[in-house]
Amino acid sequence: MAKDKPGTIEVKSFRTHHVITQPNPLRKVLLRVPESDLDDPVGRAEKALAGLSGEFKEWMTIEADRLSAAHATVQREGFNDKTREELFRAAHDIKGDAATFGYPSAAAAAESLCRIIEHAPDLATVPQQLIAHHINAVQAIVRNRTKLDTAVVAGVLSKQLRGIADEFLTHANRDRPEHLEAILAPSIAPSE
Amino acid sequence: MYRIDFNKLRFLICDDNPHMRRILRTLLHSFGAREVYEAEDGATALEMYTHYVPDIVITDWSMPIFDGLELAQMIRQPESKGNPYAPIIMLTGHSEKRRVTVARDAGVTEFLAKPISAKGLYQRIMNVVANPRPFIKTKTYFGPDRRRNTTNTYIGPERRGSGEVEILQQPSLLEKARSSI
Repeated sequence: MAKDKPGTIEVKSFRTHHVITQPNPLRKVLLRVPESDLDDPVGRAEKALAGLSGEFKEWMTIEADRLSAAHATVQREGFNDKTREELFRAAHDIKGDAATFGYPSAAAAAESLCRIIEHAPDLATVPQQLIAHHINAVQAIVRNRTKLDTAVVAGVLSKQLRGIADEFLTHANRDRPEHLEAILAPSIAPSE
Repeated sequence: MYRIDFNKLRFLICDDNPHMRRILRTLLHSFGAREVYEAEDGATALEMYTHYVPDIVITDWSMPIFDGLELAQMIRQPESKGNPYAPIIMLTGHSEKRRVTVARDAGVTEFLAKPISAKGLYQRIMNVVANPRPFIKTKTYFGPDRRRNTTNTYIGPERRGSGEVEILQQPSLLEKARSSI
C-alpha cells in the first residue's frame, strides 16, 4: 500500500554472506512535522484503550474460565501433549493480556504456572496442589477484584506462588543447567 | 520531528486470542491506520500475507497450526513469491531473553513483550518505518541485520567472513512479488 515505487535492491556479496539493501519502501509514510504539532497518536490510542476497559472484566473472566476448563481436563485425562498445550496456552494468554486488562497479579500467577509447565522435568511429578493453587489464585484475583482490599492480597498471593514454584523448579532442575539458567534469568517484560 | 502517516500503511495482525486482536485493532485504528487485516493462526496469516501484501506484520508467537515463529520463517524465504522483506513485529507473552534470540534468528524485525502498551507499539512501528536495517543472507539465515550495535566493542565469536567480492544490482524483489500476484 505504501510502496508505490519500489527501488533497486543493492546486494553486496562477501565470502560468507550477502548484505542486501533496498531503498526504504516505507519512507513516504514518514512525515516531517513542526515541533508545535499537537497530534498525539499515542495519547489517542491510550484513550481508545481506556474506552474498551468496560469490557475487560468480562474478557478476563472468559480467560480465567478457559484456564480452569483446561485444568479440569488435565485432572480428568492427565498430562498429554494436547492437555499440556491447552493448559499452557490458556495460562500464557493470561500472562500476556491480564496486565492490559487491569489484573497484573493474575498475569504474575499465570506466568508462574507457565514456568512450571515449561520447565518441570516431568509434569506428572509436579504436586497437583501447586498447579491447582495457581488456577485458584487466578480465579480469585479475577472474581474478587472489585473488593477494596484485594489488590494488595492478590500481589502477595502471586509473589508467594512464584516463590514456591521457583523453589520447586530450582530443585527439580538441579541437574539441568540450561533450564536452571532460563529459570533464574530476568524477564525482559516491562515491570508494572 | 517526524510522524507516521498511518493512513497509508497496511497491517496484518496475527493472534489466536480474539481479545488481543481487538486491542491491537483498536490501537492501530487510533494511530490512524485504516487497513488492518486479522488472522487467528499462522497458516491463515501466511495466506493473507500473500494476498494483501501488508506493509507491516504484527504477530503473536504461540498459536495453533503453525506459530508466529514459523510464520516469520515462511515470510523470510528469499526465493518466495511474496515480499520477504516486510517488517515483522513479534508481540508475545514470552519474555525470556533466549526467546528474543530465537525470534531474531527467525528473521523477526522487532520484539515487543506483552503487556502491550500504545507507546511500545508506536515505538516499534516508528523503528521499522524510520530505521530499516539491511538484510543479511547466509547459508542459514535470511533476515534483517542482527547487529544493531555499530560500535567496535563486540568481543564474541565472528560468524561472518570478510573479503568483499562484488556488488550486484538486482531488480526489486518487491516488483517481482507484485508481478506474481
